[in-house]
Amino acid sequence: MFDKILIANRGEIACRVIKSARKMGIKTVAVYSEADRDALHVQMADEKVHIGPAPSAQSYLLIDRIVQACKDTGAQAVHPGYGFLSENKLFQQALAKEGIAFIGPDALAIEAMGDKITSKKLAAEAGVTTVPGFMGIIKDADEAVKIAGEIGYPVMIKASAGGGGKGMRVAWNEAEARDGFERSTSEARSSFGDDRVFIEKFIEQPRHIEIQVLSDGENCLYLAERECSIQRRHQKVIEEAPSPFLDEATRKAMGEQAVALSKAVQYRSAGTVEFIVDAHRNFYFLEMNTRLQVEHPVTELVTGIDLVEWMIKIAAGEKLTIAQDDVTITGWALESRIYAEDPYRNFLPSTGRLVRYQPPTESAHVRVDTGVYEGGEISMFYDPMIAKLITYGADRGEAIDHMRTALDEFYIRGVSHNIPFLASLLGKQRFVDGRLTTNFIAEEYPEGFHASDLPPEDPTKLLCVAAFIHRLVVEREAMISDQMAGHERMVGDDYVIKTAHGAYTAVKCWPSDDAAGFVVEIDGAEHTVESDWFFGQPLWEGEVDGAQMVVQVDRDGIGYKLFHQGAVAPLLVFEPIAAKLDALMPVKQAPDMSRFLLSPMPGLLVAVKVVEGQEVKAGEMLAVVEAMKMENVLRCERDATVKKVHTAAGSSLAVDQIIIEFE
Amino acid sequence: MYEIIQQLDKKRAAACLGGGQKRIEAQHGKGKLSARERIDLLLDEGSFEEWDMFKEHRCTDFGMAEQRTPGDGVVIGYGTINGRLVFVFSQDFTVFGGSLSETHAEKICKVMDQAMKVGAPVIGLNDSGGARIQEGMDSLAGYAEVFQRNVMASGVIPQISVIMGPCAGGAVYSPAMTDIIAMVKDSSYMFVTGPDVVKTVTHEVVTAEELGGAVTHTAKSGVAELAFDNDVEALLQIRRLMDFLPANNKEKPPVRPTADPADREDFSLDTLIPNNPNMPYDMKELITKVVDEGDFYEIAPDYARNIITGFARMEGSTIGIVANQPMVLAGCLDIDSSRKAARFVRFCDAFNIPVVTFVDVPGFLPGTTQEYGGIIKHGAKLLYAFAECTVPKVTVITRKAYGGAYDVMSSKHLRGDVNFAWPTAEIAVMGPKGAVEIIFRSDIGDTAKIAERTEEYRKKFANPFVAGARGFIDDVIMPHGTRRRICRSLAMLRDKKLENPWKKHGNIPL
Repeated sequence: MFDKILIANRGEIACRVIKSARKMGIKTVAVYSEADRDALHVQMADEKVHIGPAPSAQSYLLIDRIVQACKDTGAQAVHPGYGFLSENKLFQQALAKEGIAFIGPDALAIEAMGDKITSKKLAAEAGVTTVPGFMGIIKDADEAVKIAGEIGYPVMIKASAGGGGKGMRVAWNEAEARDGFERSTSEARSSFGDDRVFIEKFIEQPRHIEIQVLSDGENCLYLAERECSIQRRHQKVIEEAPSPFLDEATRKAMGEQAVALSKAVQYRSAGTVEFIVDAHRNFYFLEMNTRLQVEHPVTELVTGIDLVEWMIKIAAGEKLTIAQDDVTITGWALESRIYAEDPYRNFLPSTGRLVRYQPPTESAHVRVDTGVYEGGEISMFYDPMIAKLITYGADRGEAIDHMRTALDEFYIRGVSHNIPFLASLLGKQRFVDGRLTTNFIAEEYPEGFHASDLPPEDPTKLLCVAAFIHRLVVEREAMISDQMAGHERMVGDDYVIKTAHGAYTAVKCWPSDDAAGFVVEIDGAEHTVESDWFFGQPLWEGEVDGAQMVVQVDRDGIGYKLFHQGAVAPLLVFEPIAAKLDALMPVKQAPDMSRFLLSPMPGLLVAVKVVEGQEVKAGEMLAVVEAMKMENVLRCERDATVKKVHTAAGSSLAVDQIIIEFE
Repeated sequence: MYEIIQQLDKKRAAACLGGGQKRIEAQHGKGKLSARERIDLLLDEGSFEEWDMFKEHRCTDFGMAEQRTPGDGVVIGYGTINGRLVFVFSQDFTVFGGSLSETHAEKICKVMDQAMKVGAPVIGLNDSGGARIQEGMDSLAGYAEVFQRNVMASGVIPQISVIMGPCAGGAVYSPAMTDIIAMVKDSSYMFVTGPDVVKTVTHEVVTAEELGGAVTHTAKSGVAELAFDNDVEALLQIRRLMDFLPANNKEKPPVRPTADPADREDFSLDTLIPNNPNMPYDMKELITKVVDEGDFYEIAPDYARNIITGFARMEGSTIGIVANQPMVLAGCLDIDSSRKAARFVRFCDAFNIPVVTFVDVPGFLPGTTQEYGGIIKHGAKLLYAFAECTVPKVTVITRKAYGGAYDVMSSKHLRGDVNFAWPTAEIAVMGPKGAVEIIFRSDIGDTAKIAERTEEYRKKFANPFVAGARGFIDDVIMPHGTRRRICRSLAMLRDKKLENPWKKHGNIPL
């Protein structure tokens, strides 16, 4: 076994690998870029090596630097994680030359599976079902139309070197096929520098189901499947194991084909064979990922097998000690990818400081794979993933329940995050029923994601929590020193709660007989509310009528913001007289300054990043203002079109000076 | 007797209606509450004791003899806010437009005099059209009587003004002399001369809201400290504010129990200061992570945002916080921020509120606007305020403390009791680059040499050790332990006694 390994990656996956290595008694070496100087993976590793500036092309993608880091530290093997150099055969070869083991498959497998056309040919030869299509190189649009006609519409035109949805087009007829060919070709050229495209049958109601394989080069196992149909623009959002759709026979057939393909390329590590499955459980090979997948934890939870541990053992030449019959599926696991992005602003990445970051506590039901910590940074240079939240239950329903609670507990402030969106997904009946396809998100959110997409919930529970909190606030106010003796503040039982919609609900709230909490009376019904929450704690954890509940609490002036199931409820709790008078207050419209970008400070306008007539999206960079030698980036508040740029770059600015006017 | 009681009930009912139900409804129509409704919101339920409900004006000119309303346009008395005594006057716009008559002024003076005798705060709810023109001289005299009392009470009892309607002409000078002015957005305004006069004299066309609305005064002029959306929010927020303040200048601020541990550590503060010294960070994050329960009541949040002032608690006791804000103008000191912070420090000093100062200041803002505006005198105000201040003073330098601004920001030399520095502190006469360009002026063309010298200067001075070696900072502390260290320092300073030499008063550079 190795004494020391280097992890050629960053973020949660680097931390994940370090955990398994540490468990095995192997020392670890982290590599880091300038931007990751204080990153968690650097803190966790036994040794660290600085490999370059922030952009990954100058750090995490530099093969020479990483090989040198191995030599300098004496690392005997490298785990590449996913992304970066994980499927780069040159990296594999460079390591081999230096006698450093690559914790992953051999270059042959990486190369064979790295190209979509080659991999499909190999798969077909190995008896793996593939999507009907044309494997060869397509010359021009005419040929594309001809082939499409032979396959039968609808067809999918795809870049050979593609990935991540780039260079992909669906065509339902000849005109679209012609157009799609041209667009795919040009996109492929600009994105990958390789304009080869191919055409295949487009699968309707498709599910993305993949098989995890684990092979020591002789013995090859399939470790059940993962369903990753919940994707947004071809990026996986929620994954699970097993799939709610597969039966034992299909699982076995898919697993055996995956093993056949792995054997065909002499696969020796953990890998994933991706299939597309149609409504009739016909499955077709998509591609093979010759690395550890982001979503590998769900497989680990249902099989009890540590994939990273086995990858390391296999790379060290050990043989599998488990047989196919030993592999069982116990329970159900779900994974949500928590991203630093604003779901209400077209999922725009939101980088910056994690002012608050408190993930749920890990347990038998909750696993958090993360590479960040409170006070850390979500860097603009890398993937904006904050964490992977994985929950485990005896069955799918239980895993979903744990996921909902864990999302309620996940406390993140400072950057926007997609928890509201995840909560909304989990609240969809179609998701609960397991009726998934890769079009799930597009179909369920045709207009994009809005606050109204959040699952409706019983408002009574939140009102109970608000009454509980406010009663505590009032009781504490009544404990202030220096009161008029004999005329101290009395705490009443009557309150009125105002919701964001302006509705008032009268409640009564008094201490319960056993003093363990409060009784809250709403509409004549009494609810018992218990919690040991105190002021300043971000999470209100307690019970409402005996049911566990977790609510995030932010105090906001005289009111509260309660976050629950992805939604935020701004609430005001009044004494009855205040509520009566509050009802007389006019509803105010916020002044519309959104048509203008104003300078927030006096300074120098360093750059204007937009031109007149340009359409801009919320969150997009508009201008850079320098004040006292500091650069401040001004971003767009909403989607708009630039009407006029009032101030040119290089001019000095006064506070509130108009820089840009929108239409 | 029975008849008298019947008469009393009738009079009371009439007084409570002020200018009548119709005018109360008109007031509501403008989004404003009546004088009594406001008091109901401000004070603990049932705690209000009204005085002078039956007081009437004595004017007989211009048909005023026939127009008498019991109370004469202002409701006065005392009550409690969370059980603590406060005096209140609330002008009633429904009675003669809330205009100030001789008797109206007498009522205000009555609560102020009583508040001074017992040592309790006065809260004024202003909603008045101005002087009672029919009375002329008597009304003017009434204003002056109030002004004199404002000045006598200044620094003795907290005086809070809430502007909830018009407040124009001479009337503005009573709130102007109180400690904190809050305004209600869209329904209140303050100015010396209104839009009509402005138009006649200077030909400027401006609305009352633009000229003297809540936003104008809290963001532009700095006349008012707090702006709230409506009457209800304003009054409930004033209740929160009063919980921070002592009753008078002889008392310590009130204490409230808290479960927030004094030794709570926050490791995220260790990464608050960016690696790049030119990158801003939000000083409010430090404040909310250090104080009890993250509860920070900011004073003047919209004015001179390059400095932060406000109240919070440590171990349940009130503190005043002054902090440079690197997010705005790099946290430099300028005219507005100096004035804002100076006034806040003097308030804290007057009312025995310990001052905690967080320093990240690159210096004073350069420029003709600043020099012509008199930054010398205005900057001196903050220096003067910190220097004369005798309450416990704890200072934490988080990053830059350059030049004269270092001295100003509650430094050891200005009798700072406990002065801490984070390891990221740079205490120097100026930034390394600027310093090198002066010391090695001849090398300015040689970028390599300058860079080398800058690095040399940075190594020597861009750290807390030089100041530490001289005892100008008491200790270098880890950011995560900031709360614990401040709490301990404040506990040690609880019985601090320090007196300035006797004088009639100092001569602060006004």
